Amino acid sequence: MSTSAITPAPIPLGRRVKRFMADRPLIPLIILLVILVVILQILRPGIVNERWIANTIKFAIPLAILAGCQTMTMLTGGIDLSVGTVATMSAFIMATQIVNQDPAVAFLLAMMPAVLIGLVNGIGVGVFRVHPLIMTLGTSLIGTGCLQVYQRTVIASGAKIPDFLAWLGTGVTPILGFAFPNALLLFVPLAALIVFTLARTGFGRLLYAVGDNERATRLSGVQYWQVITALYVTSSLLAGITGLLYIGLIKAPSLSLAEPLVLPSVAAAVIGGTSIFGGRGGYTGTIIGALILTVLTTLLTILQMPEGARRILFGLIVLFVTAAYLRIVEER
Amino acid sequence: MSHFLRRQGWVTGLFALLIVLFIVTKLIQPGYGSGDFGSLARAVLPYAFAVAAQTVVVIAGGIDLSVAAMMALTSVTAASMMAGASEEYALFVVPFVLAMGFALGALNGLLIVVTRVPDIVVTLAMLFVLQGAALLVLGAPGGGAAEWLKAMISGTVPIPGLPDAVDAWAPKALLVLIVCLCVIWIPLRRSRLGLSIYAIGSSELAAFRSGVPVKRTRILAYALSGLFAAFGGLALTMSTGIGAPIPGPYLLASVAAVVLGGVALGGGKGGLLGPIVAVFVLRLVRTDLTLLAIDPNVTAIIEGLIMVAVVMFGAFITMRGRQ
Amino acid sequence: MTTSPQQQSPLLDASGVAKNYGAVAALRNASLSVLPGEVHALMGANGAGKSTLVKILTGAISANAGRILIRGEARDIRSPAAARRAGLLPVYQEPSLIPDLDVLSNLRLTGTPVEPFRAWVRELGISDLDLRDTARDIPLAILRVLDLARALAVEPDVLLLDEMTAALPANLAEKVLEVVRRQGDAGRAVIFISHRFVEISALCDRATVLRDGATVGVVDIVPGVEEKIVELMLGTRIEKTKVAARAGQGAASAPALPRIAVRNLRVGTKLNDVSFDLRDGEVAGVVALEGQGQDELFAALAGSIRPSGGAIEVDGKPAKFAHPIDAIRAGIAYVPGDRSEALAMQRSVRENIALPFSAALRNWGPIAMGRERATVASAIQRLQIDTRAQGEVQRLSGGNQQKVTIARWIAADARTILCFDPTRGIDVGTKQEIYKLLRELAGNGKSVLFYTSELEEVQRVCDRVIVIFGGRLVDIFSVEEADEPALMRAAYGLPRGAKADVGILADPSANPSDAPAPEARP
Repeated sequence: MSTSAITPAPIPLGRRVKRFMADRPLIPLIILLVILVVILQILRPGIVNERWIANTIKFAIPLAILAGCQTMTMLTGGIDLSVGTVATMSAFIMATQIVNQDPAVAFLLAMMPAVLIGLVNGIGVGVFRVHPLIMTLGTSLIGTGCLQVYQRTVIASGAKIPDFLAWLGTGVTPILGFAFPNALLLFVPLAALIVFTLARTGFGRLLYAVGDNERATRLSGVQYWQVITALYVTSSLLAGITGLLYIGLIKAPSLSLAEPLVLPSVAAAVIGGTSIFGGRGGYTGTIIGALILTVLTTLLTILQMPEGARRILFGLIVLFVTAAYLRIVEER
Repeated sequence: MSHFLRRQGWVTGLFALLIVLFIVTKLIQPGYGSGDFGSLARAVLPYAFAVAAQTVVVIAGGIDLSVAAMMALTSVTAASMMAGASEEYALFVVPFVLAMGFALGALNGLLIVVTRVPDIVVTLAMLFVLQGAALLVLGAPGGGAAEWLKAMISGTVPIPGLPDAVDAWAPKALLVLIVCLCVIWIPLRRSRLGLSIYAIGSSELAAFRSGVPVKRTRILAYALSGLFAAFGGLALTMSTGIGAPIPGPYLLASVAAVVLGGVALGGGKGGLLGPIVAVFVLRLVRTDLTLLAIDPNVTAIIEGLIMVAVVMFGAFITMRGRQ
Repeated sequence: MTTSPQQQSPLLDASGVAKNYGAVAALRNASLSVLPGEVHALMGANGAGKSTLVKILTGAISANAGRILIRGEARDIRSPAAARRAGLLPVYQEPSLIPDLDVLSNLRLTGTPVEPFRAWVRELGISDLDLRDTARDIPLAILRVLDLARALAVEPDVLLLDEMTAALPANLAEKVLEVVRRQGDAGRAVIFISHRFVEISALCDRATVLRDGATVGVVDIVPGVEEKIVELMLGTRIEKTKVAARAGQGAASAPALPRIAVRNLRVGTKLNDVSFDLRDGEVAGVVALEGQGQDELFAALAGSIRPSGGAIEVDGKPAKFAHPIDAIRAGIAYVPGDRSEALAMQRSVRENIALPFSAALRNWGPIAMGRERATVASAIQRLQIDTRAQGEVQRLSGGNQQKVTIARWIAADARTILCFDPTRGIDVGTKQEIYKLLRELAGNGKSVLFYTSELEEVQRVCDRVIVIFGGRLVDIFSVEEADEPALMRAAYGLPRGAKADVGILADPSANPSDAPAPEARP
């Protein structure tokens, strides 16, 4: 369906453009983002204002962190579909435990399932070599089951959203006359850490190398299971943190809180130029991918597109971008 | 030869396990009888078709993540078409839905072959697309089903010359399953196409060099998978009387049953019998857990654990085999 | 043996065949004309385009230009099935039977009649074949013969054999060659691809020689034509340079303890009871025909697979390698023959060279960029890697890629390097540099185990040579004794000094195929 648009152009200009896009994926992404914002402004003149920007950023941040999980796992040729369940579990446990527990204890309890699921994912993928997609889907099913059982035990005590999380999730702080979402306080250091890890640490190097050629890393003395286990635990922890941030934003604990973010998180990483085959990509692209998807969602809402159409669109985006990426790679 | 024996050995073992499970069930619940067996067969029906759909593709060396979404879409399509329509209209709906499954499956295969994007990514994207389409067809569970369709899988088959007590152990659902699978699978297995499906799963290069039309075979394998998934979707509508746009856990269950059924995830090996028996085993475990009065949510967890363990075991075996 | 071909019309006539992969031309202008009743050799050095031409003729890929006539009729061979219908049947080096299907199903899949197949199987010297056996359970050598029998059973006009006798035991090879020779009598033709001049001179009527993607000559096979063929393959006559035996280097003053002592090493059925020492300051060569157990030997020493028996001692202490990291910790690094096995192709030269630095858990933290840059730069300098094509390793030439795989271990300062055919498929210049480098390493007291498929490299690089045949170590030569005929005889499992004939494989000393084969790829 989308192949006609990506068949190699006969003129060298097309090839140059492709090479350019392959080498510098950020620029076309930013252009796409701007185009989307302009379309939005044309459809609803005046919608793009300070409040809208702050709001867009607020909603893009949880998506961007989850997309970070996907970016890192996709670099190794994997994927983590359990992030939605993990985020939901952390959020739900936090909201229910905070009622009678010290915040610190509640936080630790909330992060426990994240560590556990990450560990199981890592061992399943790294040691038993289950396909990550199947493995994370399985643990997410088990996690959802556990959450349902857990819900029965806390149904009497009720739930509340900690003020701090609400402040972090929804609050804005005016700086220099501009309303900065407080969530940036969490996100900016986190994003910097992810970018640094990927570019400048041994662990980051290994993620790329493992995804590119696992046999080569083995011959270089890399122990696959160590890398993969650490990776999936990290991914799960990030998902857990996202859950806490997201409940501060949504303010209504439910058993499917973060589930709707899973598919867009994969799409954001793919749009951001991370190869689903591993070995190529980065986090900055993913962040812009998350922004694009958030703006796109607003656009679809304005156009009154139903949820079904949104899913179809996201599915097609993943397929189209992956196919286009393959063409670009083959071109060289 | 030894390989052949090994495979049959695996299926025999599964059968033995199934019998042991039946005995266990009878011990837990001495009243377990033909009626319960009938409901087991009804519960197995959609799972069995999901597994059949997955099996064909896995034998061809691929994987189909869109099985559950395909079932949801075909189910809601059938349910919404039959809602309020005449009984005869269903005669048109059934072939239409099956053809739709076949075509969408073929689309899966076509996308894999044309875009050269790996099957796992294409079917993942299709999972999103089909789920979205299902939501567009029906926003919430609803629709209806023709009475004769519902009647097709409830009750038992009267077999002339047999006492009712024996008859009672032949639920219609089981018969529908056996007929549908046999009518497609047995001729397929004996045909050139069937051989080709095993061939491309076993070694794509060797198949290509043997003159097998690899691309066409792959597309047909996915089309068959879509057809089985459409059967599964119909079975859902038949047993519930409605269609639900959000699919059940059929994807993971299908992969787990395929692995448990002795079909290597690498492709080229195994048959349909093993996975189908495996579905019965997995369902019966669930029945036993329910009979033991375990919280249904806990049952779901245990079931999930079993499936993950089975998949891990399968991956482990594949890894061992490669060394 | 030579027929006068001019008056007959060819069975297969391909001309002007060209194939491009992007900007790279794999074939420029190849032609091949095969007459009824002849066995026709197709020859060329690595990268000359032989395999591309074969793929085009058998429908595996389609040509960009050219014309293929079969019995005078233009045919468009788009797929292997189309090639079959046109009467062109290949037998590849790797058998194309489906591993998970039994032999009978394999016959059905290709529409091969069973009875002629059985007859050919018997003819080829296999008496006990159960058609119900799964192909995966049949030994490779038998499988190749079955593949041939399957092709013969449909009586193809043109049979295409790719290195048919490789990995076949002598008795089967003998039968196969006999059958091939008789194919011509029935007016059919055989295209025979082989590196072995003995086979070609015993079997073939004519030879087509490819160089740099073009046909450079068609010659009648007459006694003494080998020189002419080699000349055609090489383009210009390259003088055989013989490096004088290295005198008084490291190996002579061997220390008491060997660096690595291999004792009765056994790996499954592939490697049996192999014992030898590797000392500091020497380059020990390993010579073997394809698949004699050398792969397993290297993999076991590198920690990639676990030996099923025997012992490996490092510096006098017994060592057990469960993972390559254990071997690397013992200072043993492995450079595989296949570059795609060693490199992360989408990553930079620098990341590839620095890869072992990050392997251990304690090195997962921030990277000291300055130090890394210096280490990597000095390794690049030492190997003179051309890094103009910055960025991804996949943009480098084959020779430079190979250098990166070695540079990694120079940078990591490995004491022992296991090089598995490092010069396969790279240009002559880079080969020379690698020889020099290996000698330098030995000079610096490092030890190198060096498997090579090109016998003449032994004289250039090694101090000693270990010869493996059938999974056993059959002989150890010092470099002075290791002339090519001697090595060749040993590699075929013949005892030293004996001059016994082994059918048409006899007298390998008259075999000029060991002349330096240049790399045609740019």
